[in-house]
Amino acid sequence: MNASYIARSGAVASRILDGEMVIMSAVDSTLFSLNEVATVVWQAADGCTPLSEIVTLRICAQFDVSPNEARADAEAFVEELARHGILLVSDRPMVGVSPHASENS
Amino acid sequence: MGAVLSPAVSGATPIDASQCGSINVEIGGISVRLVTKDPGFCYMIEQRYAGFLNSLAQPDYEFALHIAPPPAEAPEEDARVFRNGRVWHFERGDFRAEWDARTRQGWVRQSPNPYSIDTVLRIAHSLVLADEGGFLLHAASAVRNERAFLFAGISGAGKTTMARLAPPDATVLTDEISYVRRSGPHYRAYGTPFAGELARVGANMSAPLDTLFFLVQGPVNRIEPISQIAAARELLRHTLFFAHDPEMVKQVFHSAIEFVSRVKVARLIFTPDVRAWELVR
Repeated sequence: MNASYIARSGAVASRILDGEMVIMSAVDSTLFSLNEVATVVWQAADGCTPLSEIVTLRICAQFDVSPNEARADAEAFVEELARHGILLVSDRPMVGVSPHASENS
Repeated sequence: MGAVLSPAVSGATPIDASQCGSINVEIGGISVRLVTKDPGFCYMIEQRYAGFLNSLAQPDYEFALHIAPPPAEAPEEDARVFRNGRVWHFERGDFRAEWDARTRQGWVRQSPNPYSIDTVLRIAHSLVLADEGGFLLHAASAVRNERAFLFAGISGAGKTTMARLAPPDATVLTDEISYVRRSGPHYRAYGTPFAGELARVGANMSAPLDTLFFLVQGPVNRIEPISQIAAARELLRHTLFFAHDPEMVKQVFHSAIEFVSRVKVARLIFTPDVRAWELVR
């Protein structure tokens, strides 16, 4: 995996509903609901933590999944949300991008 | 409220509110004063919103109406609603309007038809409601046993049918656009004059909201549970929000999530006859 950093876009609204993360794009009103693993990635997407670290320290630590499988799932998820402008991806840390982008409750 | 309204565009002259007709249209407890120099249009508004007029109300908002000849060509299109600073702009082929959310005043330039002002009112109310966690919904609604029930669905799903089949002990609030206000953890549904196929204004009353049903026609009447996420998705699909403003989209999203977290939501599978109402009590 290349060193990549992910950050939540500011143009989204998100909430936990019924145990699942629900995200709406404020740009095109598309609605997403995330599974447990994707929710962990989403919540960790602070622009400063490398995706590889999120996979190792968060996903593999919390779920019964192999590193290779977790990495592949995370990359697919990131690619999908990045395509919709929900996640921002960079090869360097994005300071000050994410902290208030999500309004979880 | 100030007497002189000053439209910020050329071609629309200020109206002195003290010298022309003004009508307070009160929907959902929110009063909008419409000011016009045109007596014919004034009469039309009075007829259209009869039952929702309150001349004694202190207006919450005010629009000066500038009646112009119909445009040579008014293509059918959706209204465009956008914000420039604190001023909202509403535009469609048949009207233009501006509305200052801070001063609570605005103007509308339109031809003498009822549909333009009707749309302006719907937009204005949707913006006001969004600020407080409420919304307008493509739904019929009715009050029974002092509680309100909403029946949401796409065109053809059965909104008008449910309104038409309402039993004598139910009062129809609307067959087309439901009006939902939030007060703390509670929601209340209000009658609206925004009519659908029944072409009949709703009753000007309100009641605490009991259940939101999403209508699905089927062979047997039954109520089916729906997950909160599916409910939120459906609710957002049927909510009227004209403004594709990112902050407004976020507000509507959070309102929908709050609503489905606090209010009963279910699918009502029904055959289009009066027996469907046996499930709505």
